[in-house]
Amino acid sequence: MASDRIFGLVILITAVAYIAAATQIQTNMFSGEYLPKLFPVLIGAVAAISSLVLVFKPDPDPDWPASRTWGNLVVAVIVLAVYAVMITPLGFILPTAITAAILSYQIMPNARNAVLAGIGLSALLFVVFKFVLMLGNIVAYRIPTPQKLWDAISILIPFVGH
Amino acid sequence: METLANLALGFSVALSPYTLMLAVIGCFIGTIIGALPGLGPSNGVAILIPISFALGLDATSALVLMTSVYYGAMYGGRISSILLNIPGDEPALMTTLDGYPMAKRGEAGNALVLSGVASFVGALFATIGLILLAPVLARVAFLFGPAEYFALYLLAFCTLGGIASSNQAKSAIAACIGLGIAMIGVDSSSGLPRLTGGNLHLYDGVDFLVAIVGLFAIAELFFFIESHGKGSSIGVILEKVTIPWRYIKQTSWTMLRASVVGFIAGVLPGAGASLGSFLAYMSEKSIAGEKGGFGTGVPKGVAAPEAGNNAAAGGALVPMLTLGVPGSGTTAVLLALLMTLNITPGPTLFRDNPDVVWGLIASLLIANVVLLIMNVPMVKIFVKILTVPAWILLPGVTLISFTGIYSLTGSYFDLLMLIGFGVLGYFLRKLDVPTVPVILGILLGGNMEDALRRAMTLSDGNVAYLFSSPIAVGLWLAAIVGFVAPMFLRNILKRPQAVTD
Repeated sequence: MASDRIFGLVILITAVAYIAAATQIQTNMFSGEYLPKLFPVLIGAVAAISSLVLVFKPDPDPDWPASRTWGNLVVAVIVLAVYAVMITPLGFILPTAITAAILSYQIMPNARNAVLAGIGLSALLFVVFKFVLMLGNIVAYRIPTPQKLWDAISILIPFVGH
Repeated sequence: METLANLALGFSVALSPYTLMLAVIGCFIGTIIGALPGLGPSNGVAILIPISFALGLDATSALVLMTSVYYGAMYGGRISSILLNIPGDEPALMTTLDGYPMAKRGEAGNALVLSGVASFVGALFATIGLILLAPVLARVAFLFGPAEYFALYLLAFCTLGGIASSNQAKSAIAACIGLGIAMIGVDSSSGLPRLTGGNLHLYDGVDFLVAIVGLFAIAELFFFIESHGKGSSIGVILEKVTIPWRYIKQTSWTMLRASVVGFIAGVLPGAGASLGSFLAYMSEKSIAGEKGGFGTGVPKGVAAPEAGNNAAAGGALVPMLTLGVPGSGTTAVLLALLMTLNITPGPTLFRDNPDVVWGLIASLLIANVVLLIMNVPMVKIFVKILTVPAWILLPGVTLISFTGIYSLTGSYFDLLMLIGFGVLGYFLRKLDVPTVPVILGILLGGNMEDALRRAMTLSDGNVAYLFSSPIAVGLWLAAIVGFVAPMFLRNILKRPQAVTD
């Protein structure tokens, strides 16, 4: 019950914000005054109406994970985000091995297997991507300057990155 | 005659050794993807699109490869349904109802071969149907103006939402999320950015591949972390596999009927493969009656949903190719592939790119034969692959997804968005909000808006223009019925529950 109500409210607020943003869309003589705004406003309106239905007629709650699992999921998201910004300054192999090992450990907490999965997957995927599929921008490793490393990490920090 | 000439053209494209090799590789990978629990056809095709694009394949080769993967995944889905009682994707759910009881009885090999043959019959029937129906529909599609197209897109969202979810409001929200995301980026007519929040990375809009891979593959990772890999398979044993001729003979009419039902369900825009296998199973169940023993592991209960499922998969290609409106989640992903390759589906495709269309159709026929040959003797190999533990599989899939997207754009921003879509996908699926309408919205949003804008420009802002032709009115009515009817039918047409141990 509560889950759907909260979800409905989130959608409602987003939809209203979306409509507000849509009415502010810049137009010029090529596009006409209202055409670029029309469809976004319609979408927002449909979403707003549907979200009200959810608020007033919610479904039963799903089984949410325990707080421990939430922690795990947050860790996974952070690991993936760090991976996303590190693959350029550090190259493919090292970040991939670490990420694969952590994710593997999260699914099945067994340190030895996780390390093996990390090393194995990283090496295997590198060979496949680089030499079988010959994808151009996969680089084995890079040794970054501290400045580059900081630049990459700062992307993830709100208001510091760019 | 024209059809035969077209087919000859198609085979001349598809029968080169290189494309044949791609078809075999695609079928093999596809079957594996379909068989692995949690990696359905949509997922598999979505992960492979960026890679096939980064490989620099030309349009025909990429299409052959990906459609082989698509058909292969439809075949593969049955393996985990039958052996593990875990549907590889939603349409395969119906196969678990009789397939798993058969496997428990020690007839796993028979069930697998029978379902392989049923898949072949369904897919073959659908491909022939596609050959006959698509050119006709393509001609009709020339009558479609912007008002008709707008109504058609609406129909796709309404029927898809009506079937994909148990709550109409939720599927409407899902469609709105997708459409809303599609609006982000530089507006084509004014050249000014819309709804980007001033973020330069968003000026190009949100790449639908990022959204698809995030919503399907990355979300799956989160589900596996939550469940700690339970539900993956260890220790499946399959004895000798022989061809159960008796069962095949016994179910031959069932397969044909199910193929017809599945094909029709697949052709309906938005309805798709889940409806096909569902209707095929239910109609055979009612024909067989109480004595048929459906649900206890009868061969007909395996053959019907598999034939229906695969026929629907082929049928779903009809609206996708002729109108540019996909009939299922996976065809939506294939539409994404076509768009990446700069091919615009629709009636003009048949006129301007006959080599692509007929090459595709020929490769479907080839893929189908390859799959039958591959699946009957080699089913044991695929069963082996099923035992890859989740702690290798899921990190592997995740990193392949990341690398695929990275090799395509080389941008950290897309990777962060990928994670964002993964999180979104996790919450949506938890809340029972279907994700396919989101994908469809992102894919079709631009076209749908274009249709509306052109209609408004042509009529000088007169809303009545949207309902000005019989075709448009018919589509609007169908859309409303498609959206409203499931609310009332839901109580009558209850989905059978999966068997539990």
